[in-house]
Amino acid sequence: MTALLVALHLAALLGLPFLLVGIVNRTKALWAGRKGPRLLQAFSDFRRLLRKRPVYSEVTTAIFRVGPLVVLASTIVSALLAPVLGRFAPISFHYDFVAVAYLWGLGRMAMMLGALDTGSSFEGMGASREATYSALVEPALFLALGTLAAATGHATFAELVGAGARGAAPAIVPLACAVALFVVLQVEAARVPVDDPTTHLELTMIHEVMILDHSGPELAALQYASALKMTICAGIVAAVLNPLSAADGPLLVAAVNVALVLGVAVAVGFVESLVARLRLAAVPTYVFVAVVSGLVALLATAGWQGGAR
Amino acid sequence: MTTASTLLAPVRDLAAGPREFFDRAAARLAAGARPVTFYGQPADDPASLTLTLVLEEEGRLSATRTAVSREKGFHALTRKFPALHAFEREIFEAHGVKPHDHPWLKPVRFSGPEPRQMDRYPFYVVEGAQVHEVAVGPIHAGVIEPGHFRFMCLGEVVHHLEIQLGYQHRGVERLLLQREPRALAPLVETIAGDSSVAHAWAYCDALEALAGLQAGPDVEASRALGLELERIAMHLGGLSGIAGDLAFLQGAATYGRLRTTAINTSMLVCGSRFGRGWARPGALRPGVDAEKAAAIRAALALLARDVAIVNEHLLSARSVQHRLHGVGVVRREQALEIGLVGLAARASGVACDARASLPGDLHAAHPVRALTERSGDCWARTVLRIREIDASIRWLGGLLDAHPALAPSAAPLGALAPDTLAVALREGWRGEVVHCLETDGQGRLRHYAVQDPSLRNWLGLALAVRGNEISDFPICNKSFDLSYCGNDL
Repeated sequence: MTALLVALHLAALLGLPFLLVGIVNRTKALWAGRKGPRLLQAFSDFRRLLRKRPVYSEVTTAIFRVGPLVVLASTIVSALLAPVLGRFAPISFHYDFVAVAYLWGLGRMAMMLGALDTGSSFEGMGASREATYSALVEPALFLALGTLAAATGHATFAELVGAGARGAAPAIVPLACAVALFVVLQVEAARVPVDDPTTHLELTMIHEVMILDHSGPELAALQYASALKMTICAGIVAAVLNPLSAADGPLLVAAVNVALVLGVAVAVGFVESLVARLRLAAVPTYVFVAVVSGLVALLATAGWQGGAR
Repeated sequence: MTTASTLLAPVRDLAAGPREFFDRAAARLAAGARPVTFYGQPADDPASLTLTLVLEEEGRLSATRTAVSREKGFHALTRKFPALHAFEREIFEAHGVKPHDHPWLKPVRFSGPEPRQMDRYPFYVVEGAQVHEVAVGPIHAGVIEPGHFRFMCLGEVVHHLEIQLGYQHRGVERLLLQREPRALAPLVETIAGDSSVAHAWAYCDALEALAGLQAGPDVEASRALGLELERIAMHLGGLSGIAGDLAFLQGAATYGRLRTTAINTSMLVCGSRFGRGWARPGALRPGVDAEKAAAIRAALALLARDVAIVNEHLLSARSVQHRLHGVGVVRREQALEIGLVGLAARASGVACDARASLPGDLHAAHPVRALTERSGDCWARTVLRIREIDASIRWLGGLLDAHPALAPSAAPLGALAPDTLAVALREGWRGEVVHCLETDGQGRLRHYAVQDPSLRNWLGLALAVRGNEISDFPICNKSFDLSYCGNDL
């Protein structure tokens, strides 16, 4: 059974990122009255980039070339720790969610150093913004996950967000955590209203501007890592919202979770279709929504556990 | 003349001594006259330069000119009247005649007898530990025109923006003098491709005035149809761009789609989506029969209906309001001081619209009110576009009622009046387009000065972004939507 779940998990990590990008773009296209590109267009782009030879600026050093590899590797390892299929992760240990957060931090640092290595003022601004907003979003992530750990009494990522682990906790706890984690997704995956993945305006970019100088397989790695990060976040949100319990069997839980992940992608597309992007200075306020949601979940958990005693 | 926006005057009536010229100019500018254009041209005496100043006051255009010594130069008016800054920089650049005490003789388009090298231009430098510079362009990420922007920033906040243009300099004015003056329309339409009709109409006005020809009501109505369709189309394109820069998908997609309806209507009438071939001197080119008139009405009705729906979406979205309100503000005093024109001026509360202030027969019969907003921010420039689209659609309805059919016609253009200056002004979607044509003793063109509103409005953009976040620059830029080639000529 575990071998099957590991295989399914790996398959999800390979396929879902491309599909999620396709679903977000298709949702936006439908809202705009267009047909939109094929659902797996991102995969075609990925293959096209893999065939290309990268171009390097003369001013860059090895840091620039190593960056994408570190980003890819750290994101893949974090994906092995995250319960994208609901209640299972191939690698699992106590407080592994802390490792996930700092694996992302490692990748982010590599990407920022690579951006600074180009010497471009755009990329420097992007790195500065990335540092700021990721620092702001980290408390929200830990508030939500820590609350779930407290509410469930579990310490591994897969169990604490996993389906059915919440037991008798009031519904407000998973809902508020899902809101917080959805905002985390928007920040980490550089989606509207925090960032605009489709813009060509370097001055407004956060994530995109840091990868402007990358090309070929390295750009493919960065784009895949970014989509994978969105998949992880969507998987966590889905797991928190997953109505099934451990008793329902891991395969059914996984199937429902994948459906919910696709639903999260549609939700991301809805937000991108209906809301303009925030002013950069207002992004901290928006991230604060996630922090407050995490706090609400924490207080609800404290109240519930206090009352239960 | 019955067109107040065209001035025709024998050159000898305009001449004044330098002292009288500058004193009178200063007095009239101080009394509230609005500078329309100020340009130099070689005089008969190679040691001097002829300066021509055109002012608008109380619904009337007037011109005066003088000759100044090339060697001695003249005392700049810009110190007292900053609205003239671009003109005096242009005079210095094109002729090497120095306006003394001008605060900032930055080249306008890096042309002229002694071209300064763009890459050696000394930009302003802001010093300090927290200061950093961001250089954008001249090659941009999108398919847009080239221009260089140098931001001096404190963190994310723009302290100062210096804009460098001239990458599109094509030598338009020189080229215009090398061709047959009556056949310049196709060239004039390419001065700024998004304002083809405005430029062509101003050229036709000036040339017809020189040829002693009076455009009939139908001819004017036809050109106005082209100009207002151009205004509607370009405003829709601008709104689509603004929404796109905000990542507001609904607006970007829908305004973009509706712009196609507007430009396709132009194509239906004249065969070109950008109104090329619409205005020709002495002629009514694109006829409008009952069938075409019905098609135009149908397109306008569709636009009116669909634009209202997407306007509601855009204006009521809190996220859009938050992005546009208070961003990129140009105060009314600033707008007046630096002489903004057109849409940008009206958004700052300056009622500057040639259709209203200098109405000819056509605009007297079908009046246009200069619409203004007060706040001078990106929101004002967005809302003003929306209001002007609505107003133009309604106005065109009235025009089509009065002119249900427009039959093609062509009047022969005679010889041009000798030694005469014609200045024509037309309110394009971006602002006033000014064409100055002057003939010599044999009735040949001696000088052709072209002015796109962009020349005067670029400084407005630089002021608007001061103190704003650098990430808001694109939206400020789009809200002005100025032309690079119109400035660079």
